[in-house]
Amino acid sequence: MSDDIIRSVEAPTNPDMPQIKPGDMVSVFLRIREGNTERTQEFRGTVLNSRKGGNNANFTVRRIASNGIGVERTFLLNSPRLEKVVVHRRSHVRRANLTFLRERTGKQARLKQKFN
Amino acid sequence: MMKGLIGKKVGMTQIFDENGAAVPITLIEAGPCYVTQIRNPEKDGYNAVQLGFEEIKRERLTGGQLGHLKNNELGPLRFLREFRVKDPQVSEGDKLEVGDVFEIGEQVDVVGTSKGKGFQGAVKRHGFRGGPKTHGQSDRQRATGSIGATTTPGRVFKGKKMPGHMGFERVTIHNLRVEYVDGDRNLLGVRGSIPGPKGGVVMIKAARKQ
Repeated sequence: MSDDIIRSVEAPTNPDMPQIKPGDMVSVFLRIREGNTERTQEFRGTVLNSRKGGNNANFTVRRIASNGIGVERTFLLNSPRLEKVVVHRRSHVRRANLTFLRERTGKQARLKQKFN
Repeated sequence: MMKGLIGKKVGMTQIFDENGAAVPITLIEAGPCYVTQIRNPEKDGYNAVQLGFEEIKRERLTGGQLGHLKNNELGPLRFLREFRVKDPQVSEGDKLEVGDVFEIGEQVDVVGTSKGKGFQGAVKRHGFRGGPKTHGQSDRQRATGSIGATTTPGRVFKGKKMPGHMGFERVTIHNLRVEYVDGDRNLLGVRGSIPGPKGGVVMIKAARKQ
């Protein structure tokens, strides 16, 4: 019963949110407040993992920034700061946590695309 | 209106504030409470308000408990707690609901009974470092160590930290911010954690050290 109460207090799940899976190439559009103005920033990369857990549900995105430096960012799935998430392509992966991508660069870091 | 309620811990979660930041909160099913008695200096020697929480079956209480509640024509209540309040601004028999008592942004103190840990050693109970793992040691890894000097003083000091029962004691957490109030469902959310297990009874009071 107490779990029902907790769930009712948490933010409702966003129906527009696509299902995010490890290996997906996604763009995360994030609202950022700078002083008084608000703007949207895109963060584009590969999803390394996703976690359930009510309001703590989150997913990690890894992108390669300039000079080949990997940048990882974790987003809360139900956060009101997330404007939208676009899935560009899905990959065939065999594990839930793609930490092996951290050690790979260039052609080695490719994932096989999944069409369906 | 006096600031005070009795409640039951529901559990923890996190919510998003107006800036979109995640805030860790503990939900408490707080009230409705009834004022069962007002203590005054003339009769009782101190100022306090006694609140009752959670209605139960009549058979669960003794005749004396029922008689105490009957003074104000209240039904049987499971828990009674006293809150030291100088100027109560409530009268006996009043009903207190969370929506009327607390509002978002206020600071509160939460009093509860911590989870019982049983008989625990000095490493867990007092944070002792234990002994060395190596250099020929045996049976010393989580040992208490020396508990005193020699012939002077020839005894162990009172209050020496030693193994013993841990937990299940009254704990007060000060200055928790009220982050969530739902008057219809008697729900209160405070920032951070509070003592005790889910379902544990807690007292919520106005913050003393503001």
